[in-house]
Amino acid sequence: MPEGAFFIIMVTKIVVVFGLMLLSVSYLTWVERKVIGDIQVRLGPMRVGPHGLLQPIADGLKLLFKEEIVPHAADRTLYLLAPAIALIPAFISFAVIPFGDQVRFFGQTIDLVITDVNIGLLYVFGVASLGVYGIVLGGWASNNKYALLGGLRSSAQMISYELSLGLSVIGVVMLSQSLSLVEIVDAQARTWFIVLQPIGFLIFLICAVAETNRAPFDLPEAETELVAGFHVEYGSMKFAMYFMAEYANMITVSAMTTTLFLGGWRGPWLPPVVWFLIKLYLLIFLFIWLRSTLPRFRYDQLMRFGWKVLLPIALGNIMITAVFVALR
Amino acid sequence: MTGTVPLNAYLILSAVLFVIGVAGVLIRRNALVIFMAIELMLNAVNLTFVAFSRFLHSMDGQIIVLFVMAVAAAEVAVGLAIIIALHRNKESVNVDEINLLKG
Amino acid sequence: MEWLLFVPLAAMALVTAVLVIVLRNPVYCALSLVGTFFALSGIYLLLQAQFIAVVQVIVYAGAIMVLFLFVVMLLDLGHELPVWLQRDRPRLLIGAGVVVLLLLELVIPIGSWTARAPQGSSGSESVGGVGNTQLVGRLLFTDFLVPFEITSIILLIAIIGAMVLARR
Repeated sequence: MPEGAFFIIMVTKIVVVFGLMLLSVSYLTWVERKVIGDIQVRLGPMRVGPHGLLQPIADGLKLLFKEEIVPHAADRTLYLLAPAIALIPAFISFAVIPFGDQVRFFGQTIDLVITDVNIGLLYVFGVASLGVYGIVLGGWASNNKYALLGGLRSSAQMISYELSLGLSVIGVVMLSQSLSLVEIVDAQARTWFIVLQPIGFLIFLICAVAETNRAPFDLPEAETELVAGFHVEYGSMKFAMYFMAEYANMITVSAMTTTLFLGGWRGPWLPPVVWFLIKLYLLIFLFIWLRSTLPRFRYDQLMRFGWKVLLPIALGNIMITAVFVALR
Repeated sequence: MTGTVPLNAYLILSAVLFVIGVAGVLIRRNALVIFMAIELMLNAVNLTFVAFSRFLHSMDGQIIVLFVMAVAAAEVAVGLAIIIALHRNKESVNVDEINLLKG
Repeated sequence: MEWLLFVPLAAMALVTAVLVIVLRNPVYCALSLVGTFFALSGIYLLLQAQFIAVVQVIVYAGAIMVLFLFVVMLLDLGHELPVWLQRDRPRLLIGAGVVVLLLLELVIPIGSWTARAPQGSSGSESVGGVGNTQLVGRLLFTDFLVPFEITSIILLIAIIGAMVLARR
């Protein structure tokens, strides 16, 4: 297709996905508060707008207008950069996730994926491993021992669970014979991989919850423990960026689970994008449900679980899958 | 500036990176920064391997780069453990002060 | 077109590499090194080694440098003196001399010849034919199986060694 059309389509896709991500991240806060409120038999935000729908806007305005404080002895450059470093990987990992099949528009066939890299899965893992820097640097730059300890704990947790995250996906790669996310979705045309790889799905989900520092693995940033961990010295917009990063990570990880195990955008009758959003929302609901139900893991229990339980199970899953694929 | 980038450009970049790594090892006194300079040297060599792999149409270079990365990771783990043990004993990682066997 | 990508990436690699050895705060040095790794990853993509490019980000920038940062932050080291305030003059002069000599010896010969036509060897297809990752995987498990297994033993030894050394 002509060069101009290619660029316009690419830029449009990026703008649409980015804009929708930003919108989803802010409204995810509302969804979370409403759902947790429902589970705890209360109403959640109700005042600001009908059923509290304008609450995210009110929160955003408040955080925007708060005074920006930089602690005196903090490393100023890193202190200001760390939230951005935490936010960027959460957004750019969406570049390879397919959220639909193909759309015909003015005679051009557009694939509903920003770019189909043939190592898409590895790209997502590489970007996820960069998310650790935002937390480590935020904890260090605050010049506060609680922040430093929280930051180091949190990043140690993320690195440990990244291992099992990667290993749990190898079964999927063996079944689909490709690292490209578009081809993995195509390989699920007849059966979703959650049916063929239930253990892999479970491990991936657990590790995803740990990766995003969500309950029950959220000790490093818990309010009641460790004085809110690595973002204790952060306020206003930078704090908002950390929270946006956490929710954006949640959305990305749910999108990855959908793509790898739940058949991506595949499904009967409804248009593909709608299916993708339905599955995405179900997983996000699961995340919120887990948060409001389960108590927190203690740090040593968390690390023991990641290394001594999940890692051997993931390795066992690879071997079993390899045997089945070889015998096919 | 048209056409492809010749092999020489990659090799010169790799050589300069290697020399910068050597300079880092010679000039700096902080053991951790010396270690980082060593990683820089390893990466320069990786670049040479990958460049030759492309220009000789052989995959051997890339396989060797994989092994170099794995061994570098192992080396970093052990090296940092040594530095931590050193710091525990002497409260400093300045290589000029680690001279117990001297004289 | 390739030059348009190569020149900024090479410049970024060189600038961040110089910053690694020049900056005095070890945390900044580590972050500059991460920048170097990113630039190198981009250059590997230019050389159509996609698998190596991504593994570079995952292993080097995402794991090894995080380990470096952990140690730097836990040991809480101060800043070094700048080069011109250090008192060990003979060492610095010898260092500068060695560096200049090495630079001349490496760059001049490389810059003076031009590469001949490439020859295929080791029975592998041209990169980018079957798919970079598949090629790497196939070679790892056929021609390079023994080094692959030995590497896993090296990693195991490194894990045990690091644990024993860092234990109190």
